[in-house]
Amino acid sequence: MLTLYLPIVIYFTISLLVCFGIMGASRVIGRPKRQQSVAKLQPYESGIVPEVQLGPKFSIKFYLVAMLFLIFDVEAVSFYPWAVLMRQLRLYGLAEMGLFILVLGIGYAYVWKRGGFQWDR
Amino acid sequence: MANLIAILAGVLCLFMGVVVISAKNPMHAVIALVANFVGLGVLFLLLHAEFLAVIEVIVYAGAVMVLFLFVVALLMAGTRAPQESRGKNLPGQVPLALAVTGVFAALVVFALAVRTVLVAPPPSTTDFGSITNFGRALFTTYLLPFELTALVLLAAVIGVVFLARER
Repeated sequence: MLTLYLPIVIYFTISLLVCFGIMGASRVIGRPKRQQSVAKLQPYESGIVPEVQLGPKFSIKFYLVAMLFLIFDVEAVSFYPWAVLMRQLRLYGLAEMGLFILVLGIGYAYVWKRGGFQWDR
Repeated sequence: MANLIAILAGVLCLFMGVVVISAKNPMHAVIALVANFVGLGVLFLLLHAEFLAVIEVIVYAGAVMVLFLFVVALLMAGTRAPQESRGKNLPGQVPLALAVTGVFAALVVFALAVRTVLVAPPPSTTDFGSITNFGRALFTTYLLPFELTALVLLAAVIGVVFLARER
């Protein structure tokens, strides 16, 4: 029975190899920081040398996208058992899934109306 | 074979759990948590809960951890990782941790002593945890909680948009 999952194991292994391969390649190909020219690392002319280390700016939009993705991912997950049982549950299943979608459809419409799906606003 | 995989997955989970709480870089902690969830998924597979295993990887290792990564990136954007809080214990942390560890160790010993409690059902005789059984329970017995989940998700959707868009 366990051999059934061998393709998944192979898939996972390849994914990990690709992941580490990309990271390793960028380390090998990209030049390390100490080899970059000093002038490039300095602030632009008449700029002030920063006293504290600051990270990059990070938009709140990413959080919005991640949260919406999570919510609709959870919603999509509940479709799988319904899809498997659709013929057995018949109209009953269709009705309860319809109610489920209706409630979430309200949320979807709200996000759409408020421009949650627009990147620039 | 199954026992060996279970032990390996368990060791992976424990090791990654330790990495999660001891990593200096929060990003590393999140990645270790992803590995932890993958190990948990393997354990669910060994318990014949295929659907739960897939959900564990898709929802937890996928969506929830993406959210964690964004939150960590968001919190780390302005500052470096907090240096001053490291190395200091909260008051009463050590005895509390020892007490909780003791409780869990006692549970494990109890479970090993009473073997009938926690033995995985034999593979061929059961389809417990299959997507069909899960779906049947979800759409008949637990229909009300399922529909209420939609309301909880709706509240989450509106809350997110409200918090992120209102400035």
